Amino acid sequence: MKNRINHLFETKKENILSVYFTAGFPELNSTVEIIQQLEKNGVDLIEIGIPFSDPTADGPTIQRSSEIALKNGMNLNLLFEQLQHIRKSVNIPLILMGYFNPVYQFGITRFCEKCAEIGIDGTILPDLPLDEFEQEYKPVFQQNNLHIILLITPQTSEKRIRQIDEAGTGFIYMVSSSSTTGAGKKVEDFQRSYFERIKNSNLKNPQLIGFGISDKETFENACKYASGAIIGSAFVKSFQPEYSIEKSVSDFVKGIIFAH
Amino acid sequence: MRKLKINKEEYQIFGIKKLPSSVFSLPTFLNMKYQVNEKGYYGEFGGAWIPEMMYTNIDELKCRYLEIIESEEFKKEFDLLLRDYVGRPSPLYFAGRLSEHYGTNIYLKREDLNHTGSHKLNNTIGQILLAQKLGKTRIIAETGAGQHGVATATVCALKGLECIVYMGALDVSRQEPNVKKMKMLGAMVVPVHSGNKTLKDATNEAMRDWINNPEDTHYIIGSVVGPHPYPDMVARFQSVISTEMKIQLKEQTGSEFPTRILACVGGGSNAAGAFYHFLDDEQVELIGVEAAGKGIETGETAATLAVGTPGVLHASKTMLMQNADGQITEPYSISAGLDYPGIGPLHAHLHKTGRAKFLSATDEVVLQSVLLLTQKEGIIPALESAHALAALEKIAMKPEDVNVINLSGSGSKDMETYLDYFGY
Ligand SMILES: Cc1ncc(COP(=O)(O)O)c(C=O)c1O
Repeated sequence: MKNRINHLFETKKENILSVYFTAGFPELNSTVEIIQQLEKNGVDLIEIGIPFSDPTADGPTIQRSSEIALKNGMNLNLLFEQLQHIRKSVNIPLILMGYFNPVYQFGITRFCEKCAEIGIDGTILPDLPLDEFEQEYKPVFQQNNLHIILLITPQTSEKRIRQIDEAGTGFIYMVSSSSTTGAGKKVEDFQRSYFERIKNSNLKNPQLIGFGISDKETFENACKYASGAIIGSAFVKSFQPEYSIEKSVSDFVKGIIFAH
Repeated sequence: MRKLKINKEEYQIFGIKKLPSSVFSLPTFLNMKYQVNEKGYYGEFGGAWIPEMMYTNIDELKCRYLEIIESEEFKKEFDLLLRDYVGRPSPLYFAGRLSEHYGTNIYLKREDLNHTGSHKLNNTIGQILLAQKLGKTRIIAETGAGQHGVATATVCALKGLECIVYMGALDVSRQEPNVKKMKMLGAMVVPVHSGNKTLKDATNEAMRDWINNPEDTHYIIGSVVGPHPYPDMVARFQSVISTEMKIQLKEQTGSEFPTRILACVGGGSNAAGAFYHFLDDEQVELIGVEAAGKGIETGETAATLAVGTPGVLHASKTMLMQNADGQITEPYSISAGLDYPGIGPLHAHLHKTGRAKFLSATDEVVLQSVLLLTQKEGIIPALESAHALAALEKIAMKPEDVNVINLSGSGSKDMETYLDYFGY
């Protein structure tokens, strides 16, 4: 079967909305419902966060959601159990995103096989560096038709961007500015020259812009320079205890893409 | 005067004119068994497991650190500061009454007599010089006991650079004198409230700071942990400890090789420095001592090698305290400087290969060792360093053995704990 990420980027060239959330937050068993509601409200792609005790690339919001998710009892075994039948109800591409260590302890091969079995289309493991991936793990990702999505930042050199584009598959995750997640950037803070440079560099992979995309304005601005954008912290922050997941998700997504 | 009365050539190691055997070039390692390889690994441990946001900074360091610290200009500046500012060489002291107590020969390598009271300054002097060569103007650091924070704040004052120190909120409260010192030195101390509010969490926060400030900032890591090239770089800066030891042992015992060297291990920088030039001298027994906390079987421990398994934390593949799901478990030790759930990859490798032996000591035993040294020798050791002393209770020593304890720091910062516990 064709990888759903490829299908998405072939059929939709702009305004792709990808949403990240932390599995196990706000409640241990919210995972499936959040995914279903995100799809129902028109989100194109979902990044399911695997919580980790030491999320060094994340700002306070995702630190907190990870801490709560772990307290709620989330772990990778349980997440795979929750997702076991996800493809009966959800068609959009799904990505698992997390730090390397929990995946390493689970077993990389077992992880990739489990992803393939369930219908996960790609992974983002920010602290698995390019050279380690290429030397050790590339074949097992390929065998399981699992994309590995790599990051670039405003500091990434031209040469390295080419290497990353060569090795990565699915799409390139363009980190909007030098920061941890959820940095609460304003549109004016984005480095247009960086965005334009990447847009004009004819990479083989499409790009999505993430980190600091928090509302309609930042989303639309990012979409000018890439196939779409990724929202994480702002979505995680939007859960309010007094609202149902259905209402939380619908209010949030409508606020981003309504009237497109 | 703490100058060595040994022949001129050897003395020059601490001088600035002639550096035939500078701290960096002293041994040419015959084998690379215990040295880092070009990919940043010690055996299966190490590497640079960094997110792309840190790549440019780490790559710059990796490409330039050796060229910079091996340059004549750098070595001159480094050696001069070690001598005139840190107060090196630190004495190797024959502890007569302690030796008598244990029925053997015990020497103390007096890193507690360094400026700022611990070995930590050796590394921060090296890194601040390096940071300047890299054109960095803003310095960040993590700290546990506050010794590395103080050592960093000190070199920042010395060089007039902005200094931000991340410290777990729990450590802020249990190491208050050091917090005040850092502030007086002009540093900003940022309490970290995530996790267990100790060293691991402070390190997370320092890494986040670096991700957010990728251009002007250098991160001075305080131990032989973190991504390559930090473990190797910090070990090189600390290796002055074993450089001096060899010369001092030769002078005092007639042989540069002791029977064994004992050092406490948090991340492992003082141990790395004390072991460094003896790594290939396999006849010298190397013993690292971890913090057992309330006991390794209690779960309230920081003895990583005793209870840990391989994994990736703080951008290094090493031994870690973690659960089956790969979540890092919270360590515990009375000593803030050893309260860390990982260990430097060099030590993970020394452990795996059997080149070094690793023991652990409980809070209880450590406190008794503090009192013993205090009353036998008139030296109040740091809680961290007393872990190495505590190992003397456990190992079989012959009367003719030469045991060197790396006394990594002074107990001044721990007075409150001591007074509370001993009830003076
Ligand atoms: C006096 C002293 N010794 C030892 C340590 C532990 O660090 P390392 O294992 O890197 O030597 C510390 C850390 O704060 C310290 O202050």
